[in-house]
Amino acid sequence: MANVLSTAKPLTVNPLKLSQPLGGASAFMGLAGSLPMLHAAQGCTAFALVLLVRHYREAIPFQTTAMNEVTTILGGKDNLEEAIINIVNRAHPKVIGICSNGLIEARGEDIRGDLKLIRQRHPELADTALVYASTPDYKGGFQEGWASAVTAMVDQLVEPEIARNPRQINILAGCHLTPADLEEIRDTVEAFGLHPIILPDIAGSLDGHIADEWVLTTLGGTSVEDIRHMGRSIATLALGLQLEPAARLIEARCGVPAEVYPHLTGLLAWDNFIAALARLSGKPVPQSIRRRRSQLLDAMLDGHFYFGKKKIAIAAEPDLMLGLTQFFADMGAEIETAVTTSDGAALALVPAKEVRIGDLDDLEQAAGHCDLLIAHSHGARVAERLGVPFFRAGFPLFDRLGAAHKLSVGYRGTRDLIFEIGNLFIEHQHHNHQPHNHQTREHGTDAAVASH
Amino acid sequence: MLQHKHQDLFNEPACAKNQAKDEKTRKKGCGGKPLTPGNAAGGCAFDGAKIVLQPITDAAHLVHGPIACEGNSWDSRHALSSGPMLYRTGFTTDVGEMDVIYGGEKRLFKAIKEIIARYDPPAVFVYQTCVTAMIGDDIETVCKVAAERFGKPVIPVNAPGFVGKKNFGTKLAGEALLNHVIGTEEPEITTPADINLIGEYNVSGDLWMVTPLLKKLGIRLLTSITGDARYHDVTKAHRARVNMMVCSQALINVARKMEERWGIPYFEGSFYGVKDTSLSLRTIAKMLVERGAEPDLIARTEALIAEEEARVARELAPILPELKGKRVLLYTGGVKSWSMISALHYAGMVVIGSSTRKATKEDKARAAELMGEEGETMDNLPQRDMYRMLKNREADIMLSGGRTQFVALKAKTPWLDSNQERHNAYCGYDGTISLLKEIHKELTNPVFDLVRTPAPWEV
Ligand code: SF4
Repeated sequence: MANVLSTAKPLTVNPLKLSQPLGGASAFMGLAGSLPMLHAAQGCTAFALVLLVRHYREAIPFQTTAMNEVTTILGGKDNLEEAIINIVNRAHPKVIGICSNGLIEARGEDIRGDLKLIRQRHPELADTALVYASTPDYKGGFQEGWASAVTAMVDQLVEPEIARNPRQINILAGCHLTPADLEEIRDTVEAFGLHPIILPDIAGSLDGHIADEWVLTTLGGTSVEDIRHMGRSIATLALGLQLEPAARLIEARCGVPAEVYPHLTGLLAWDNFIAALARLSGKPVPQSIRRRRSQLLDAMLDGHFYFGKKKIAIAAEPDLMLGLTQFFADMGAEIETAVTTSDGAALALVPAKEVRIGDLDDLEQAAGHCDLLIAHSHGARVAERLGVPFFRAGFPLFDRLGAAHKLSVGYRGTRDLIFEIGNLFIEHQHHNHQPHNHQTREHGTDAAVASH
Repeated sequence: MLQHKHQDLFNEPACAKNQAKDEKTRKKGCGGKPLTPGNAAGGCAFDGAKIVLQPITDAAHLVHGPIACEGNSWDSRHALSSGPMLYRTGFTTDVGEMDVIYGGEKRLFKAIKEIIARYDPPAVFVYQTCVTAMIGDDIETVCKVAAERFGKPVIPVNAPGFVGKKNFGTKLAGEALLNHVIGTEEPEITTPADINLIGEYNVSGDLWMVTPLLKKLGIRLLTSITGDARYHDVTKAHRARVNMMVCSQALINVARKMEERWGIPYFEGSFYGVKDTSLSLRTIAKMLVERGAEPDLIARTEALIAEEEARVARELAPILPELKGKRVLLYTGGVKSWSMISALHYAGMVVIGSSTRKATKEDKARAAELMGEEGETMDNLPQRDMYRMLKNREADIMLSGGRTQFVALKAKTPWLDSNQERHNAYCGYDGTISLLKEIHKELTNPVFDLVRTPAPWEV
């Protein structure tokens, strides 16, 4: 539906986009006993680490091959080898997830070849999976990095299989899903007597738990063993269009049929998902789920008064944007301004006239007359300057507690969204009786902020 | 070209840390110590450069590179401004694949042009990063051409991440200031009591804990390099009578070269803790008088110190008994490895260990001397050992940066942020009061007893 506008601006002001390597490393956080690593100079890892720590409020295992001036010229193989050996000796990970950055990719390094050589030279690495995802930061953003890493996991770990386990299904989880979302999905799948292999499972590793020991890798997440056997499942459900290629890869390799669910927010989307689970399991929909559906219907009716004709400005990555905009459209609101990070399959489905590939400055220029602004935490200052109510969504959320526990899928998550956002509208209702008080911006960002 | 500059910086003669090394390691320099792949943490040179320069609040800071460098890092520091906010706007060229293939210089030039047209800042700082450095983008020339074309200072900061660690980047940023900024304009008036602070970035408003004291004494802060700084003030910094290097060896090159070029003497001081704050004020007064300020400045300084110290004692009296004897694990580094200790000792706390990462030999000696038998200096404490120490309750509280926060919290141990992501100012007399109050608040929070209580079914 939406028209995608891409502008080749020479200047990005207040970036919305995050880097591919960060997205890739985040996906590797969802594997058990994992140590994600950036093949890059060390600063990339430090920045990414700080963001992950601030978002999840967890210790994050994360390493770097620490490229320097000399190795940048000579090539990074030795650094890669040394890093892997050091990590294995120190942290004994089950898997090292390797993401490249622009420096490495622009040099055109043959990392897969390097890894093969390193394996040959070090038989002691036999028990450590080394998965490499190409994630140059001069292309795409967080979502593309995540998708690239998941595709790499599938490609490099899933084994060809013919045998089937009729109770096992694969769930490929996109980067727009939080640990809380994944828990909801897992509980629901299990309610049908099915056993889900969720990849990557950041709910296992990043849901905020207190362990008895200090480990140097992730604690919890999808096991390498489970990934190897994904070919035994009866279906692969890709959650997010970003993961369709990964699902198709399993299909091609093992004949496991792929189904794609662009998002799971809102009544129809979750209805669809539930119907699929009923079909795959051959079981009726449990009473508890029916009850939640009816609670959502009630919430939609109670809430719709506050959403009708509201103008929404949103900045988010493609798959997240699709789920949220569809939610607002369902509730009678209108998407006035939509800004995203990169071209994604989801954009065509977004219920808006157009989606712009841009930055938070684009959002700021266009969102002044909207009733609600949605973005990750960096959008807070935009909302403040414009005087528009703000709802945080996406990554990073560093200025609020509980980012990992935000639920927005399923009947329950949708119901929570209605209440949370509906309450925001109620809170700001009185503003609608007055003229908008946002500043007209004569002189760019600076003039608008000088007063605060 | 970058190579030469590096050699030069590596041989920083005034750097105590460098002098303490033998010939061979010294050649490698402070930025040249190789990192261990697979076991390295911390920021890159670009990061360090940005930390130093970004607190110039009215300037535009443009990062030339792919999205990783700025997209993942912008607006994440709490260097505060009392006015302009432009420094908090994230600017990047966000180069794409085509730029990587054909070069990004045109894009950079256009970006500078747009910033100047739209924001009219007093200056634009342009930061080089790994990818654009590797493909050979010549930011120095682009900046030069842009500066001429637009009649504005456009300052290249040539510190791509791969040349070294954060510390080395701070030195490169210092070079950029020396080569392009400091000394390019003259102040309208000068006074015999003009000073600069070097290496104070106004994190969480630290600087503002100190400026009222200086004001009371009639000492004029020409500029802080670079906390809450304005571009045009930094250009005039060369007319100060005295430089104080605050809590950091990172900008020693700036202090030393300012002495060489303009004869400004400098000293190293700290505003952490009561004792050090008083000492720093005394030193400033003494040096200013030596250079021609009114001699009564010294007596006035003593009076102020007496008054302030009495006030601190009064304000902290109610909580000091509860802090006395509490054990602290300090995991900061640099000058803070000892300056913080003296602040904690003021409250009778015991420092059981202090990390001396990024610290000079002198810093280490000072830390060791201050802690005496009670604590040890640690170069690097692996997280696993840190966790064990805290879990065994060897410390009552840990002070560290955000990254090690969760080592403490997962060990169910109180923790306080002592690094740049923190939200409280801990400098000067008022900062000391707030630091100790924060520690007290944390130590007395009932939540720690609660989370340590096992579930009823587990006992
Ligand atoms: S290491 Fe290089 S690419 Fe990474 S953040 Fe630093 S300057 Fe940017």
